[in-house]
Amino acid sequence: MKLFPIRGGIHPDYRKELTSEKAIVALPLPAALYIPLQQHIGAPAEVLVAEGEMVKKGQMIARNQGAVSASQHAPTSGRIRTVTEVTAPHPSGLPQTTVILEPDGKDEWGELPEPIADPFAADAHAINGRVARSGIVGMGGAAFPSAIKLNLGEQKKLDTLLLNGAECEPYLTCDDRVMREYPDEIIDGARIMAHALGTPRIVICIEQNKPQAIEIMTRAASTFAAIEVIPVPVQYPMGSERHLVQAITGIETPARKLTADLGVVVHNVSTARAVHHAVRFGRPLVARVVTVSGGALREPKNILTPIGARVADLVEFCGGFSARPESVVNGGPMMGQPLPSLDVPVVKGTSGILALTAEEINDRPASACIRCGSCVTICPCGLSPVEMSAFIRKDNLEGAAKLGVMDCFSCGSCSYVCPSHVPLVHYFNYAKGALNDLERERSKNERIKTLAEVRIIRIEKATEAKRAALAARKPASDTASPGNSPSSNSDEAKAATDEKANA
Amino acid sequence: MSIATVKKSGPFAHGTSSVQKTMFLVLLALTPATVFNLYLFGWPAILLFAVTVGACVAVEAGCLALAGKPVKVTLADCSAILTGWLLAMSLPPWAPWWIGVLGAIFAIALAKHAFGGLGQNVFNPAMVGRTVMLISFPVAMTIWVAPHPLFSAGAPGLFEAFAITFGGNVPDTMSAASALGHIKTELSRGIPVTQSMAQVPDLMDMTLGYRAGSMGETSLLLILAGGLFLMAKRIISWHIPVSMMGSLFLIAALFHAIDPARFTSGTFHLVSGATFLGAFFIATDYVTSPVSKSGQLIFGIGVGLLTWSIRNFAGYPEGMAFAVLLMNSLSPIIDQYTRPRAFGRNRKGEPLPLEKKP
Repeated sequence: MKLFPIRGGIHPDYRKELTSEKAIVALPLPAALYIPLQQHIGAPAEVLVAEGEMVKKGQMIARNQGAVSASQHAPTSGRIRTVTEVTAPHPSGLPQTTVILEPDGKDEWGELPEPIADPFAADAHAINGRVARSGIVGMGGAAFPSAIKLNLGEQKKLDTLLLNGAECEPYLTCDDRVMREYPDEIIDGARIMAHALGTPRIVICIEQNKPQAIEIMTRAASTFAAIEVIPVPVQYPMGSERHLVQAITGIETPARKLTADLGVVVHNVSTARAVHHAVRFGRPLVARVVTVSGGALREPKNILTPIGARVADLVEFCGGFSARPESVVNGGPMMGQPLPSLDVPVVKGTSGILALTAEEINDRPASACIRCGSCVTICPCGLSPVEMSAFIRKDNLEGAAKLGVMDCFSCGSCSYVCPSHVPLVHYFNYAKGALNDLERERSKNERIKTLAEVRIIRIEKATEAKRAALAARKPASDTASPGNSPSSNSDEAKAATDEKANA
Repeated sequence: MSIATVKKSGPFAHGTSSVQKTMFLVLLALTPATVFNLYLFGWPAILLFAVTVGACVAVEAGCLALAGKPVKVTLADCSAILTGWLLAMSLPPWAPWWIGVLGAIFAIALAKHAFGGLGQNVFNPAMVGRTVMLISFPVAMTIWVAPHPLFSAGAPGLFEAFAITFGGNVPDTMSAASALGHIKTELSRGIPVTQSMAQVPDLMDMTLGYRAGSMGETSLLLILAGGLFLMAKRIISWHIPVSMMGSLFLIAALFHAIDPARFTSGTFHLVSGATFLGAFFIATDYVTSPVSKSGQLIFGIGVGLLTWSIRNFAGYPEGMAFAVLLMNSLSPIIDQYTRPRAFGRNRKGEPLPLEKKP
């Protein structure tokens, strides 16, 4: 198949060899699991269990609430120790409500929903309902509730389900391993998803640096005419949804549109496997494969981890640190987030835990920009990082916004190539946050203004109504005290207004 | 166990490039041509080169200290050495020492640090140094000598070289005109190009460097080799050199075809003067050229056309330095009009229309 070129991008040092040949191993059950109520984009789930309650594996312990949300399930059987605030796996280090579960060691499944016997005969609603009930979110890292993305078939005309196995981030090999070890589960999950979406065609994209995965997936897909496995060039950020769609279709997703508007829905390969488990066995998402790697780790591994295991448990399982890590990163080195501590849990979107040494990170103090233009050449979004950062440094956020800073998705390519080591992505993240705050402030002010206007109208209406009522009574009072009436009338109206205003 | 605190956002991987490495590679690329030219023009050239580079480093250190910036760390980026090096290569090899020192002051203090230091300057510092010297001291800046290779018969020894560089005694008998200068002088006396071309060195000598000129103007082959090395190392791209030399060649060839008695050929323009040095090492200066590739093409074409115009119609025989400076002043505006198109948006920044799949 003909592939289309994507703009810019880089070729970082991939270091996937640290874990690419390490088969997935299961983490021994830790002493406690920490299951945050929010592991996804959207509203936190509503907790269903209380302290001391015994739960079985797969039992729902928190229910999704609101339009965008995902439920949480017990990753193993055991006792709820408490529901409390625990540090989130987020750079802020802020606490969030978390269910703490003490495994009883039996790892007993609870009552699960019936498998959907023939998913290809079931309607989309049944499948989406199952996916939603199983708490499945995008496992590539964004953690967007998958059921919502599977509903897109109802609103838009779709033709392709694009399964993202690019895994373009350095170090990460979890998708690679899942594709090599569970190809049939992925293919089955993908077919179920395509059925729910109503897409006749499935395309599985894998970067060329994973030849075994390509071979195994091609073989597994060979019995299905609608499935195509396409090796894509090794070019970071090939795994970005919009760029992958461009590589396959040659079409740029317009700004503020979704790839679904082009008829393409993108899901991660591990998500497809989770859908397979949910539909065929009724099992919710309670574990995931995490690549635990980095130069500071004694023994890097691909670990099947129950959701809620602490990062410290994973590090310990890998033999601990062999060197002092400069940073511990949640996700890949390019777009991952630094972790505030090792006492945070693995969540559904955790694709990797990287303990990186200073040499691997190779960061240096920033020096003057020499306008070499590398950042402009490699920006996959066609932005001009050198100019945007100049604006942001002068705190001219509007200027940066005009140059498109909000279109930046923080892929990190510019910071990677910058010879002066200017922390460009750091600037852009700052600007995006500040601009979002400004926008929120603006819309809040708008709302206050509207409310105030509505209130004035309401008071005027009330006054009007009172006046009308008085006028209706007037003929009677007129005869009683003719000269007094107008002033008392307006006084009363004023009092009414004051009363309203005070309320 | 505690881990390092969260200091800033990712990425947690960085390439191996650095400013120092970039500058070092440019110096490395310049070395063969420089060594050959120092050999060609002997001890006076070596002395002037040392004085100019030394002065640039000293002025840089002084400016940094005055501005309260870290001196040692910043000097280590090698940018002052590179400026001094390029300035020295643009001077007549036997020019007196104070040309190098004054040039260094204008290049580093005025053109670079007055604008805020590395990365902030609008104009190429070395070219500012050279042009200010050329305008202020036209005589000293246009005394050229024919090559006198080191240790050859008639070449000045170290002692004589001191007299030349620090005493200002260039023996009259040794001076020679540069090819461009010769053609210009002859034209002004009414002698057509077709005749005066007979007296300039042949193409072979022009290419190898056996001719009068500033250090960087001669030895095209070694300059070219350095330029190709920089391209291979991806320090520079082809855009500026190709567009600059291409436009210079095309316009020169066109006018040569129209009036061969008045205009020299495209090939002559390419091999004479500072065309090669300018194309690969001067116009490609990161700081003062546009950042986008399309901007660099426009910039290169502008330098090529201006160089040709100045060589033919202005008072000076060589126009490379002026052309580069003029285009430097346009870099910011070129940058503004040649920003890449953002993903999913048209050139105006509006979202693209929804395309139907083919």
